Amino acid sequence: MTEAVIEARGLTRRFGDFTAVDSLDLSVERGTIYGFLGPNGCGKTTTVRMLTGLLTPSAGTATVLGYDLPRDAEPLKRKIGYMTQRFSLYEDLSVCENLGFVGKVYGLGGRRARARIDELLALYNLTDLARRRAGAMSGGQRQRLALAAATIHAPKLLFLDEPTSAVDPQSRRDFWERLFDLIDGGTSILVSTHYMDEAERCHRIAILSAGRVRADGSPQALMDAMGAHVVEVATPDPRGAKQALTALPEVISAAQLGARLRVLVTDRIADPVAWLRQQRLGTPPTAVEQVRPSLEDVFVTSTGDGRQ
Amino acid sequence: MNSLRRILAVLQKELLQIRRDRVTLGMIVMLPLVQLLLFGYAINTDVRHIPAAVVDQSNTALSRVLTQIVNATQVVDFVERHDDLDEAERAIVAGRVRAAFIIPPDLAQRVVRSPAVALDLATPRSTDEETSRPVAQWIVDGSDTTIAAAIKALRSMPLHELFEQDVNRTTPTFEVALFYNPEQRTVVNIVPGLVGIILTMTMIMFTSAAIVRESERGNMEMLINTPVRSLELMIGKIIPYIFIGLIQALIILSLGHLIYAVPVSGGLPALAVATLLFIGASLSLGLVLSTIAKSQLQAMQLTLFILLPSILLSGFMFPFEGMPALAQDIAEALPATHFLRAIRAVVLRDATLAEIRPDALWLGAFMIGGLLVASLRFTKRLG
Repeated sequence: MTEAVIEARGLTRRFGDFTAVDSLDLSVERGTIYGFLGPNGCGKTTTVRMLTGLLTPSAGTATVLGYDLPRDAEPLKRKIGYMTQRFSLYEDLSVCENLGFVGKVYGLGGRRARARIDELLALYNLTDLARRRAGAMSGGQRQRLALAAATIHAPKLLFLDEPTSAVDPQSRRDFWERLFDLIDGGTSILVSTHYMDEAERCHRIAILSAGRVRADGSPQALMDAMGAHVVEVATPDPRGAKQALTALPEVISAAQLGARLRVLVTDRIADPVAWLRQQRLGTPPTAVEQVRPSLEDVFVTSTGDGRQ
Repeated sequence: MNSLRRILAVLQKELLQIRRDRVTLGMIVMLPLVQLLLFGYAINTDVRHIPAAVVDQSNTALSRVLTQIVNATQVVDFVERHDDLDEAERAIVAGRVRAAFIIPPDLAQRVVRSPAVALDLATPRSTDEETSRPVAQWIVDGSDTTIAAAIKALRSMPLHELFEQDVNRTTPTFEVALFYNPEQRTVVNIVPGLVGIILTMTMIMFTSAAIVRESERGNMEMLINTPVRSLELMIGKIIPYIFIGLIQALIILSLGHLIYAVPVSGGLPALAVATLLFIGASLSLGLVLSTIAKSQLQAMQLTLFILLPSILLSGFMFPFEGMPALAQDIAEALPATHFLRAIRAVVLRDATLAEIRPDALWLGAFMIGGLLVASLRFTKRLG
């Protein structure tokens, strides 16, 4: 399980004066789902494009499935699958025609193609929709079609760029079930997302911000090693309390959740609950309680970005 | 081998999409059909029945006969009658008539002395002030030169009929023999030209829009991650349009032959070579435009940018020879100019491949140059 499918060292990409990705190190193990978590414009797509050979890195090296990039970009394309953020198959073609086209592009023809398409239709619940035009399908159905097309040539490595941004929660859950099925079949997956619940399902994630990796590890390990306490404060005046708290240097962020505040306090404070009760907040809080950190807390701590 | 298979995959997909796109499919057939019917009937440089007014200051039997003779030429229709000149001028300003025919009070005197009547009274000398006075006057709205020219042609019409005299044919200075279109029908020149215009329009527009559509609809994002190379994609996408272009040329020429009796006298090889080279040149121009345009709307605008000069400068509407040198240079750069020259030569004058060689070579060179530019720009954009 220690065989790496992606190995990147010091990967950098500059567009003019702007550095989109700044000396990124990355190692993705075989048979795992690796997540890139970060806000829009943090360099996720640029990184994925460098790793699929579409963009030439300004500096650094990358080896994907044993191919050196950017030199071996063409042969690599046959071995990887890529699912775009926006639906990118043909809306005026049917499910079958779309899969047939993608199959032929990968050199799959005749009986082998038909067998593979039937297999994918059954696997992704598309058999009844085979004649339906892609443009007339729902978000979830399209996404299953896109995944079927991206895996038609049984790639060893699959890149997914914000795959579930256009689907409902139920479809998202189903989608992730399929991804774990693929992992069981020996595929490795690199997924970029800005959804915390999606990132939490990954074996390992890297939190990206402004082109740099801020934290990297399994979601659980990241939560354990966050370097901050999470305290929920119930107060009649959450907005006033939030303003008072964010002014304190020990408070990393304070986010309002309805009538409560979720406060991240640096772990230099040993007992955050007691410490918070000592603070003068205008109206005293009705309850203060330390809670389990979530991935969002990790994200906020490591990017230093309150975002509220 | 794999490359060929991918080109075929793109080609097949493109055909499926064209087949599903009813509007485009309809345009492929309807565009040449409607334009042919419309232009064939409508465009006529041999102007007749120009509405005109008559101001008869003479008001004699002679003046009425003169009016009738002029009317009988069918060049003008006298739709209004006025007593004084100002009213006639106002009718021109208002646009009700294009010209006014003014018959002076001393018509009889003038007619007698006119050389156009050539009565054997005396041999008039052209220097004689009295005899060189014209019989009557035309006031013409000269803003449209074609209409003005049609009325100018009436200047020296013979007036023998005024006296029921035998026509005393004068020997013209030159004899003119009209080859290839002896009846002087405009449509004979229009139909082959229309092939060039329709192909310019559809070939450039379809290709430039077809490639841009892939990026506009987001399909390019998927394609660049597959093994399809940009050259394979371009070739696969333009092959269907070669056939569409041939179908359109066939529709125009065969219907032009059936409906307007336009002769197709040239050999099929020369016709096929000229048409294919022009389709190739237009497609490669469309590809170049597609690498510039970011959206289908921009592709359309760029197509118009090429299409308008192709219609106005190529010799389709106005003779190439009448344009100033700079305009001719611009026209020489357009594939349509060369194709129009070649196809008119083949269709109307039975020219052979050897005779259209300069234009054919130019079209071929344009096609190769366009393909080179397009593929260079294309790979750049994906990298």
